[in-house]
Amino acid sequence: MKLEPIVGRYAQFKKYRIYFEEAGQGIPLLCLHTAGSDGRQYRGVLNDAQITKNFRVIAFDMPWHGKSSPPAGWQNEDYRLTTDSYTAMIMDFARELALERPVVMGCSIGGRIVLDLALKHARELRALIGLQTGAYVERYYDASWLDHPEVHGGRACGAIAYGLMSPLSPETERWETVWHYMQGGPGVFTGDLHFYQVEGDIRGRLGDIDTGACPLYLLTGEYDYSASPRDTEAAAARIKGAKFTVMKGLGHFPMSENPEAFLGYLRPVLEEIRAT
Amino acid sequence: MIDRIAQLVNEDAAIVRWGRHMNETFMVEVGEQQYLLAVHGGLIQSVDKGPFVMRPWRFAIRAKAECWQKFWQKIPAPGWHDLFALLRRGEVVFEGDQRVLMAHLLYLKLVLAAPRRL
Repeated sequence: MKLEPIVGRYAQFKKYRIYFEEAGQGIPLLCLHTAGSDGRQYRGVLNDAQITKNFRVIAFDMPWHGKSSPPAGWQNEDYRLTTDSYTAMIMDFARELALERPVVMGCSIGGRIVLDLALKHARELRALIGLQTGAYVERYYDASWLDHPEVHGGRACGAIAYGLMSPLSPETERWETVWHYMQGGPGVFTGDLHFYQVEGDIRGRLGDIDTGACPLYLLTGEYDYSASPRDTEAAAARIKGAKFTVMKGLGHFPMSENPEAFLGYLRPVLEEIRAT
Repeated sequence: MIDRIAQLVNEDAAIVRWGRHMNETFMVEVGEQQYLLAVHGGLIQSVDKGPFVMRPWRFAIRAKAECWQKFWQKIPAPGWHDLFALLRRGEVVFEGDQRVLMAHLLYLKLVLAAPRRL
């Protein structure tokens, strides 16, 4: 038997019961999962001894996702993630855990929200890392089918996630990433996409981001067509001091579809953050 | 490429299982050339080549021949590697019953990518 160093716990605060996993010690590194998935996506980072030697890596499941509960009364309303609710949840969680100036790394919707964190909470954070960041993604398919009684949500959400990955990523990790999507609750992925494709348009505010107050790294896998390298490049061009890297051969879920290749890009960024 | 799709799919139990509940006929357009694929229980029963007169189908997936050529590369380039990647770049059109297409999306993605193995 191999026992992994990852430890999972539940935290209760406000109206939430949140599940989170952590490993390592040192600088807090808070990891945000993608729409409709959960913190398991970061197992490669949580299990990386080189990173956990100097970083306390924490990945939490957002309410409605993974092992975190939806709030009481969830059955009476549609779940809709918004910029404000997402940002508040992240900062609340960091405060409740008494994380001192954490690094926040998010992917996809998480890669979008780090831009909002850069605008509103730069001085409370040590650095921000956006994976698959786009300032806005216009709807290019009808996401309402992902939450429909005549379409199996797990299968449909899995099919969406499947295509967003790189054909070069290992089969096992790709299908594990699909599995996370197949396990999401009804309407959760679409509720997250409300933020990603409708409400969370941050294009008009990019110029106000001060990377002097909080460094911003943007890493994007080249096979992503949802937040493509071109989308990230366009955002980075409007943020003075943002550091943009294209990750060759990776797709929309770099940390879970090909952890080894992703770590090759992440470790130098974390070393740079640690040195400053 | 598409002429061989029935054999490629039907010999691959890992694809067939995802289409176990699909019993539909759908159209694939490769440029001007139309094909009707009839699926029963995940097995492709027939691939008929058009032109057609009054043949029904549940949904159609239409793209230019050059688009499918890029899609069917052994290792397709970024942006040409998935049905929805083509959708995002406006290279493919879905018509007809979208519910059926979405219900069997994973199967359809695997079926349409099968010619990459040729």
